[in-house]
Amino acid sequence: MTVESSALYDIPGPKALARHRLYGMIALALIAALIGWIVYMLFHTHQFTYQKWMPFEYRGVQDLLLRGLGNTLRAFGWTVLFALPFGALFAAGRLSDHRVVRWFATLVVEFFQAMPVLVMIFFVFVALKVQPLWALVAGLVLYNGSVLAEVFRAGVLAVPKGQREAAFALGMRKTQVMTYVLVPQASRAMLPAIISQLVVALKDTSLGFLITYEEFLHAGKLIATNLDYDLPFIPVVIVIAPIYIGMCLLLSWLARWVERRSRRSPSVRGGAPVAKAGVAMGLPPSAQQ
Amino acid sequence: MKTLTDNWSTYWDGFLGTLLLFAVSAVMSLVLGVLIASFRVSPVKPLRVFGTAWVTLLRNTPLTLLFFIVVLGLPRFNITLPFYTFAVLALGCYTSAFVCEAMRSGVNTVPVGQGEAARSLGMTFGQTMGLVVLPQAYRSVVAPIGSVMIALAKNSAIAGSFSVTELLGTYRTINELGYSIIWTFVWIAVGYLIITLAISAVFNLLERRLAVSR
Repeated sequence: MTVESSALYDIPGPKALARHRLYGMIALALIAALIGWIVYMLFHTHQFTYQKWMPFEYRGVQDLLLRGLGNTLRAFGWTVLFALPFGALFAAGRLSDHRVVRWFATLVVEFFQAMPVLVMIFFVFVALKVQPLWALVAGLVLYNGSVLAEVFRAGVLAVPKGQREAAFALGMRKTQVMTYVLVPQASRAMLPAIISQLVVALKDTSLGFLITYEEFLHAGKLIATNLDYDLPFIPVVIVIAPIYIGMCLLLSWLARWVERRSRRSPSVRGGAPVAKAGVAMGLPPSAQQ
Repeated sequence: MKTLTDNWSTYWDGFLGTLLLFAVSAVMSLVLGVLIASFRVSPVKPLRVFGTAWVTLLRNTPLTLLFFIVVLGLPRFNITLPFYTFAVLALGCYTSAFVCEAMRSGVNTVPVGQGEAARSLGMTFGQTMGLVVLPQAYRSVVAPIGSVMIALAKNSAIAGSFSVTELLGTYRTINELGYSIIWTFVWIAVGYLIITLAISAVFNLLERRLAVSR
């Protein structure tokens, strides 16, 4: 990887290179010290004793973890299944020719974006007394669906004007223009942003932990708070965190791969610009006007 | 309305708690985010690798998991701090990754020629950065940072489930007193709307202030 932003400094000469090497050594030493301290603390607080790792040998504990992982993926699956149509519907609403529909869709989308997901999840769970799984899915669909609606809308608006005008000139009706011309191009260009938003949804399934949905983190907590295994908290984190982060990383990489692929693809040339992949907090940059 | 007036002090405490949590973690995430961003664009490779790893890991970590690790894990290392500090730590570190990316893409929008021109005029590194590159970068950074800050304010709701006083957590107290649960949530929602709309108004103002016609 070369340094991207060369607006910051010139190509370094021999003296600067030597200086950078020195800084590099110092930084390396500091990072090594940090990692060393963590490893030392792990051993110092006896995290690698047999008793703390013993639970992972048991069939029941393994099943518990797998069931938790399954529940996490189930919540994620339902979220994707409902959030995509929700997003499409409200994006269409926001692009509608009818003022009332437009206002209503805008209101819904803006409201659910301004609300913390957790408030919606708790509202559905506590006030409407829904089962944890569906409370979680409902909250995630409302939030991620609203963000996806903005992503879809931005995608449709980013298709060059000529495409739309040409389609109308061919005598297509507005629904045809949308379904045959604008949406196929927009969805292709927006695919990286859509997948990146799904990473957010996957991450947020862990909020189910807070409403006692029996997902992955919940299973981890059950094991971690077991006195019989000497409260194996750190071992549980060492097992759970890489799986969680690994799943999200895989999905993020998929988004990046799709982005690179569609940038190369000749069929998007001259169409809407391909959105950048990248997990965002809040509205992804590609959906901001 | 009765739900609000009867429990005004509970709501107010929660509201202030959320605001304070937001403000402290915002400052922390901005400072840390700028630091990590400077690592990521620095010519020193180990720093660059560290910055990239920090951003990649944190962007793909569920915030709940991070809370779980920080609030319940750090005490195992014999680090005992109040829950509040733990919450700020988790929120600040998590958000710093997103702030870093916003800053970095902001700096990258400044054309290379700007830096080259500044240096050919004999400006030092500090002058190039302070007078030429950063002022231009600020403008393209304001909107994304605003969106990250709003998300931070919303994410602070998670802290309520880890024993920190904040707005969402107030529903438990009020619910136990037997008030209508729907109205309890309506007023919580209003509180969050006030906070998020205020943040977005501030950043809109900033954006307009910094806007320059080109």
